[in-house]
Amino acid sequence: MALTRSALRLFSGRFTQACQVRGYADAPSMSLTFAAPSQVLYNNISVKQIDVPSFSGSFGILPAHVPTLAVLKPGVVTVFENDGSTKKFFVSSGTVTINEDSTVQLLAEEAVPVDTLDISAAKELLAQSQSQLASASSEVAKAEAEISIEVSEALVKACE
Amino acid sequence: SQQVRGMATLKMISIRLKSVKNIQKITQSMKMVSAAKYTKAERELKLARPYGIGAQEFYKKAEVKGEEGEKGQLIIAVSSDRGLCGAVHSSIGRIVKTDIAANPNTKVVIVGDKVRNILQRLYAKNIAMVVTEVGRKPAVFGDAALVAQSIINSGIEFSKGKILFNAFRTVVSFRTTEMPLYSQNAVANASKLPVYDSLDSDVIQSYTEFSLASLLFYSMKENATSEQSSRMTAMDNASKNAGEMIDKLTMTFNRTRQAVITRELIEIISGAAALETKN
Repeated sequence: MALTRSALRLFSGRFTQACQVRGYADAPSMSLTFAAPSQVLYNNISVKQIDVPSFSGSFGILPAHVPTLAVLKPGVVTVFENDGSTKKFFVSSGTVTINEDSTVQLLAEEAVPVDTLDISAAKELLAQSQSQLASASSEVAKAEAEISIEVSEALVKACE
Repeated sequence: SQQVRGMATLKMISIRLKSVKNIQKITQSMKMVSAAKYTKAERELKLARPYGIGAQEFYKKAEVKGEEGEKGQLIIAVSSDRGLCGAVHSSIGRIVKTDIAANPNTKVVIVGDKVRNILQRLYAKNIAMVVTEVGRKPAVFGDAALVAQSIINSGIEFSKGKILFNAFRTVVSFRTTEMPLYSQNAVANASKLPVYDSLDSDVIQSYTEFSLASLLFYSMKENATSEQSSRMTAMDNASKNAGEMIDKLTMTFNRTRQAVITRELIEIISGAAALETKN
């Protein structure tokens, strides 16, 4: 997954360079709404690229990406803004919608900037969820513990 | 006996005055509490609006239409457990009633006791599920997820659906609105769905389930803000009315008091005059 992500970024670098060469009139815009139930991160803001972790694989979204729907996996969303800066957010779950008119709705259940994450707390959570799985009795409890492990593993990875 | 009646009236007026003053204190404090809750609710709603509007975008862009199937209609009526908030609950109840009268094959999921009370008498058999303990604390996504999960687990099937709630407009006005809900079948048959790449039924199922929770969350937030602002207005009006009643009662009280004193004086004087003339 890390390989595909870095490969995508290489590819996207070349793509955006080509866009700049062609000039503003040709570069299509992509409007991102990235929100969680209790906070708004981007509201119809034009951005260059968004990398999202999804259950069908991590992929990068560029303007004029084919419309699709995807379910988010716990992981890091990277937003490449128009002024060249990059912002990373950890998302727990949610959905991403890419529409025909290049609008993207990224709805996350929880989204936090990666630099607010505490790696020791994440490792503690991982240890807790692993012991939860060991002591889980019912199917539901096992599934919940596995989800907890998945999120905490992604959290630890995001901190590194 | 006139005197006795006068005194009794005086006491009755003063009891009434005291109770109306108490009521005014209560409605004033309820207004303060509602104002504080409203400020918080409005702040949270502002943060939730992009999320809620974003959650509806796909269905608009993909031009998903409700099916006209025999599985009937699902209405999720969002209200709360607490009253004294103006027309918030009754407006929802009224619309559900006319809807059920028009489409008898309708199932209703009620969030909040108040609408349940309105519908229970005539439409008890249309009520599929009732959610209680709503409205005391501000809604969080987990609450909406819980309701959505219960709806999904109950296996309710529908061809078309809607969420009925009160959308917040301003402090003094709200509008009873509906958000459409689409079944997985309706999404799969959407006219623009082929435009969307690589979708399988798993993705559609997860997507519709998550958006049910998201839309419910958004409607709960809007409804909570409308409810608090409506309660604020209602309690403010009640305080003003109580104030008017207090003014009128105080006037009556003073007049009655003076009338009683005058009557006593007249009786004393006429008694004294009678004694004088006797002598």
